[in-house]
Amino acid sequence: MDSYAPILVLGVIAVGFAAFSVVFAGRLAGPRRYNRAKLDAYECGIEPTPQPSGGGRFTVKYYLTAMLFIVFDIEIIFLYPWAVHYQALGWFGFFAVLLFLVNVSIAYAYEWRRGGLEWD
Amino acid sequence: MSILARTVPFPTVPPEPSTGAEQAAQPVWPEAVRWLEYPLWGGIPWSLVLLKALVIFVFLMLMALVLIYFERKVIGRMQKRYGPNRAGPFGLLQTLMDGLKLGLKEDITPTKADKIIYVLAPSIALVPAFIAFAVVPFGPEVEIFGYLTRLQLADVPVGVLLVLAMASVGVYGFVLAGWSSGSPYALLGGLRSSAQVISYEIAMGLALATVFLFAGTLTTSGIVDAQAPGNAPVVLFGLEIPTPSWFIFALFPSFVVYVITMVGETNRLPFDLAEGEGELVGGFHTEYSSMKFAFFFIAEYLNMTTVSALAVTMFLGGWQVPGFVLAVWPGAHAGAWPVLWFMIKLFVFLFFFVWLRGSLPRVRYDQLMKLGWKLLIPAMLVWIMVVAAIQLARESGMAGWQFTGLIAGICLAVLAALFFWDDARIRRQEAEQAADKAEREALRADPAHGGFPVPPMDAPHYGTKVDAIPRQEV
Repeated sequence: MDSYAPILVLGVIAVGFAAFSVVFAGRLAGPRRYNRAKLDAYECGIEPTPQPSGGGRFTVKYYLTAMLFIVFDIEIIFLYPWAVHYQALGWFGFFAVLLFLVNVSIAYAYEWRRGGLEWD
Repeated sequence: MSILARTVPFPTVPPEPSTGAEQAAQPVWPEAVRWLEYPLWGGIPWSLVLLKALVIFVFLMLMALVLIYFERKVIGRMQKRYGPNRAGPFGLLQTLMDGLKLGLKEDITPTKADKIIYVLAPSIALVPAFIAFAVVPFGPEVEIFGYLTRLQLADVPVGVLLVLAMASVGVYGFVLAGWSSGSPYALLGGLRSSAQVISYEIAMGLALATVFLFAGTLTTSGIVDAQAPGNAPVVLFGLEIPTPSWFIFALFPSFVVYVITMVGETNRLPFDLAEGEGELVGGFHTEYSSMKFAFFFIAEYLNMTTVSALAVTMFLGGWQVPGFVLAVWPGAHAGAWPVLWFMIKLFVFLFFFVWLRGSLPRVRYDQLMKLGWKLLIPAMLVWIMVVAAIQLARESGMAGWQFTGLIAGICLAVLAALFFWDDARIRRQEAEQAADKAEREALRADPAHGGFPVPPMDAPHYGTKVDAIPRQEV
């Protein structure tokens, strides 16, 4: 734990700065004048688009990207310990990781072929 | 009498000054702040940790101020302008004044916004940007106030992983800012930002994995040590050939991919689709004003600094000078000199960021995602296995001809794969062009082809007395 504590100290300083700035600048320094148009969503001066109920809905494409990201992120997490210790694991570790990468690549190739990686 | 002073069982390991002279230099703390002298789990006292954290914090704030000025000045010069030159000498105070002005502006919360998340999001983007810099080493171990410590806030075992983790947390700030604003532009900007950053983070993580293969550690200080001059002799046919020890030479493809992904990670031109002014107004920070807007700005420049510092640490030998300079001048790594070398390398990368912005147009969104998912990631997956195979072959004591054969085999396999890939690409392009041509032909013959409702070109205007225009040949 000893080596992580300084990170916490820096984090506390950063949070303190953020909180101070938001409270000080937001509540005390700036003016506050009510204006209905100012508080509307900014859309270049036209009437704001009505939001769908529940707000903030977006296309399923982003979920596909996010799901593939999770797969690859986990892959990276498994790769790092091997990358640090590959000398001790030798050729056995090499082929184990190769097999793992091939396995993940099957899902990747499947999504690519099915058009999950098209963004136009 | 403070409470802290009375808690006797507090572990007070007496600091061990190396010489008497340093003991005299040690400050004697008043009773109320005695706790500053207590060691923080390890051997280093609180005061030193606080000092280091404050120095990093001030350094980062100054970097954000200087960087914005630097960028505007350099961009101005690239476009044959002067850039900011009014506030202070040479316009040096421009950014500070801008910040001050932002602080005095009204803090707007739109009526449609999700209040709590809207207020929290800028801080979620800003705080991880600060924390990620904690693991960057500025120099070797030095003596400060008689304590032997690294010029680095925290030398944690997970090292680089902390930077990647903080980059991921920072994305939450952007996507939540976009989502909570209640504005379509902001929502699209936030989504684009998150999709882009997570896509490029994979390629970045894979590029860094090859560095870990070479260095055998995740700690930033260990990676810098692994690039010490004269650390990478290549034994070929029984001959020891000294090669440059920085990883940029041995892992050049990784370096190229890292540089591309670091631009993508920080949402900078040519990959700044998250705030493309031409299409999304301001992207995820469209609705923000005052200090909250400034937070996103600071976070962006801090992220630039962090990824550049990481590039220096991972590929350019960190705070070290090249081996030939050290041979001429052995004192180049003493005292505060390493900090200067580090800053020079850091500014090379930061200049590169500005240079990119000055010369390249913005890419299209599908091009961006295609580059990340279809080129960088597969290329890096293959490259990692190639690097691992070569390293393992080197260490298992292969004979020279076997080793050469292995490398030649890998090169041949990669070339063959590229050839087939290119062949398939050309065939696919030709098929696409043929299909496109056929569709054009069909549309020319019948404008309603494919079921898309096209009003006939020769129809009269609805509700008017305009006569039908005779149809023109296209």
